[in-house]
Amino acid sequence: MRKTLGLAALAAVLACGGANAQQVNVKIGVLSDMSSLYADIGGPGSVAAAKMAIADFTKDHPNVKVDLISGDHQNKPDIGTQIANQWYDVDKVDMIIDVPNSGVALATSQVASSKNKVFIVSGAAASDITGPKCNANTIHWTYDTWMLANGTGTAIVKTGGDSWFFLTSDYAFGHALERDTMAAVEKAGGKVLGKVRHPINTNDFSSFLLQAQSSKAKVIGLANAGGDTINSIKQAAEFGIVKGGQSLAGLLVFASDVAALGLPTAQGLILTETWYWDMNDANRAWTKRWQQERQGKWPTMIHAGVYAGITHYLKAAVALKGNLSDGKAVVAQMKSMPTEDQLFGKGTIRPDGRKIHPAYLLEVKKPSDSKHPGDFYNVRATIPADQAFRPLKEGNCPLVSG
Amino acid sequence: MFEIFGIPSTALFGQLLIGLINGSFYALLSLGLAVIFGMLNIINFSHGAQYMMGAFAAYLILQYSGLGYWPALIIAPILVGFTGILVERFLLQWLYKLDHLYGLLLTFGLALIFEGVARNYFGSAGLPYTVPESLRGGQNLGFMFLPNYRAWVVAASLVVCFGTWFVIERTRLGAYLRAATENPTLVRAFGINVPRMITLTYGFGVALAAFAGVMAAPIYNVSPQMGAELIIVVFAVVVIGGMGSILGAIVTGFGLGVIEGLTKVFFPEASNTVIFVIMAIVLLVRPAGLFGRRA
Repeated sequence: MRKTLGLAALAAVLACGGANAQQVNVKIGVLSDMSSLYADIGGPGSVAAAKMAIADFTKDHPNVKVDLISGDHQNKPDIGTQIANQWYDVDKVDMIIDVPNSGVALATSQVASSKNKVFIVSGAAASDITGPKCNANTIHWTYDTWMLANGTGTAIVKTGGDSWFFLTSDYAFGHALERDTMAAVEKAGGKVLGKVRHPINTNDFSSFLLQAQSSKAKVIGLANAGGDTINSIKQAAEFGIVKGGQSLAGLLVFASDVAALGLPTAQGLILTETWYWDMNDANRAWTKRWQQERQGKWPTMIHAGVYAGITHYLKAAVALKGNLSDGKAVVAQMKSMPTEDQLFGKGTIRPDGRKIHPAYLLEVKKPSDSKHPGDFYNVRATIPADQAFRPLKEGNCPLVSG
Repeated sequence: MFEIFGIPSTALFGQLLIGLINGSFYALLSLGLAVIFGMLNIINFSHGAQYMMGAFAAYLILQYSGLGYWPALIIAPILVGFTGILVERFLLQWLYKLDHLYGLLLTFGLALIFEGVARNYFGSAGLPYTVPESLRGGQNLGFMFLPNYRAWVVAASLVVCFGTWFVIERTRLGAYLRAATENPTLVRAFGINVPRMITLTYGFGVALAAFAGVMAAPIYNVSPQMGAELIIVVFAVVVIGGMGSILGAIVTGFGLGVIEGLTKVFFPEASNTVIFVIMAIVLLVRPAGLFGRRA
C-alpha cells in the first residue's frame, strides 16, 4: 500500500514537472543586405548577433528550440518580398528580423500583415513604419528617421547651423529622413535652402556637392546611409567644403562607416545612435563575443537591435507556451511585456509598434584622442527615452485611436 | 553672370568640368575593354573586378610596405596585370575558338569570385585611402573649386588614353597586334609570337583597369562592389562608341561623362539611366556604334 502511494506520488510529481517544461519550437529568419552597401551595418553581423541571442536564451530555457535561417534581399523590394513570402508560407518561419533598407522593410511589413506572422525591424529607418504604414504585426526596434532628425538636426541648429541644404538618397528612407529633418530644423528656427536627390549606390557626388556648395547653406545634411554617406563625406573633404566654412551633418552614420572613413576624415561629425559598443562594460563584453565571429569589425546599433529583438520575441514565445500561429497575438504579447536586455536596458514597446529607449548624441573623436582601435566617439548628450522618439499621437498610425 | 535654362552659368560650367573628370574614368575603363574586345574578341566582364583589385592593391601596398600613392600607380597595375596574364594563360586561351558568350560567362564568374573573396576578407563598408600630400587642396577657379587631385585625374587619363591609341594605331607594334587579330596564321608565318602578344595585350588591358582603380582609391570608397555598378555603365560606353574602336571608346567616355554631368544638374534622379537611354537610341540608328567598323 505504502509502496503504491509512494509510486503514485512520484508519478504525480513527475507529471507536474513534465507539464512545466513544454517544448517551444521557433523558426526565425534574418533578412538583410548581405552583399551590397548595407552589408556591414547589418548583413552577416546581424546573423552573428542572432546566433548569440538564441544561444543566450536557450541556455536559460532548455525547452526552447530555435531554428535560424538567413537571406539576402540585395536592397530590392521585389526580392525581399519574394523571400519573405517563401519563408512565411513554405519554410514555416515564425518571425523575420532586421531588413536594412526602408523600401524593402515597408514591403516586408505588408507581407507579414497579410500572412499574420511577426516582423521586427532593426535595420531600416523610415518613421512611416510606425506612422501611416503601421500594422499589428510589425515592431520597429533600434532607431528611426524621426529620432535621427530630432537628435542630430535639433542639436546642430542649436549650435548655430540654421540654414540647410539636403543631399538625399532617392528612395523611401532618404525621403523620410529629409522630411523629418526639415520639420525638426524648421521647428528649431532654421530654414532649408534647397535639396538634391541622388540615386542609391552612387559613386560620385562631385556634381551634387557642387550644388550644395553654391547654395551657401551653413549645413549640408546627408540624408543617405552606408556607402553613399562614406562617398559623400570623403568627396566633401576633397572639395574643401568644410574648409570653405560649411559643415556636414551625417544624419545616419554607423561605427562601420567611421571605420571605413578613418578618424582623420570623419572627426568632428555629429551623429545620433541608440547603442555604442564602447559605452559600458556590458556592451564591451558583448562586442568581444560578437567579434569572435566577425573579426576585425565593429558592431553597430542594428546588430544590437537584432540581439535584443530576438531575446524579447523568445520571451513572448515562452509566455504564449509556443503557440505562435497568430502573429498579431504574439506582437500584442510583446507590447504588453516591458523589455529588458543587457544591451538596451529597460524599455517598452508602444501600441504603434515603436520600441522606446534612450538615444545618444555622439561626436567622432579626433585621431589624437582615440586611445584604442574602435574608440570612435565622445558621448555628447543623452536624450531620455520619453523625448527621443516621435510622440504617439503625432504619427498618424491607424492603430492609435484619437 | 547669365543664366542658361534657369541654371546660373557658373554652376553649369562647374558641372561640365566635373562631367569631364568623370568622363576620364569612363574613358580609361572603356579603353581597356575596347583593347581587349577589339584585339582579342573577348568580352571581359571581370573588368570592374580588376578595377577593384587595382584599388585594393594600392591599399594593401600601403599597409604592408608603406609605399604610398605614386609607387602604387606603377606597382598595382603590374601586379594586377600579372594576374590577368595568369587568367589568360590558364583559362581564357581555351575559349578563343568558341562563341563570344563563353568568354563572357567565364569572366563574369571570375568577377563574382574576386568580389566575393574581397568582401569575405575586407567587409563591404570599404577601406580608408587618402589623397596623396602633393595633390591635396585645390584651385578656386571663380566658377567652382577644382580639387588638384581631380585635375590630375583628367590629365593622367588623357595622357594614358592617347598614348595607348597612338601605340596601337600608329606604331609597328600596334600594327603587328592589329594584323595578328585579323589573320593570326599569316602573322605567325612571319615569325611573330602571336600567343604571347595576345597574353600581353590582355595583361595590358587589365593593367589599365587597375590603373583606373588606383586613381579612384583616394576619392571613391574602396569597397568590393566599387566596380560592379561602374562596369555596366562602361559597357554601355563601349557599345555606344563601337565595340572595336579605341578612339571611339575614348571620345565616347569623355562625351558621356559630360552628358551625365549635365543630367545631374537638370534632372538628377535620372543621372544613372541617361547613358542607357542614349545607348538604346544609338543602337537603333547606328547598330555598330558611333565609331564602329564592323557592320
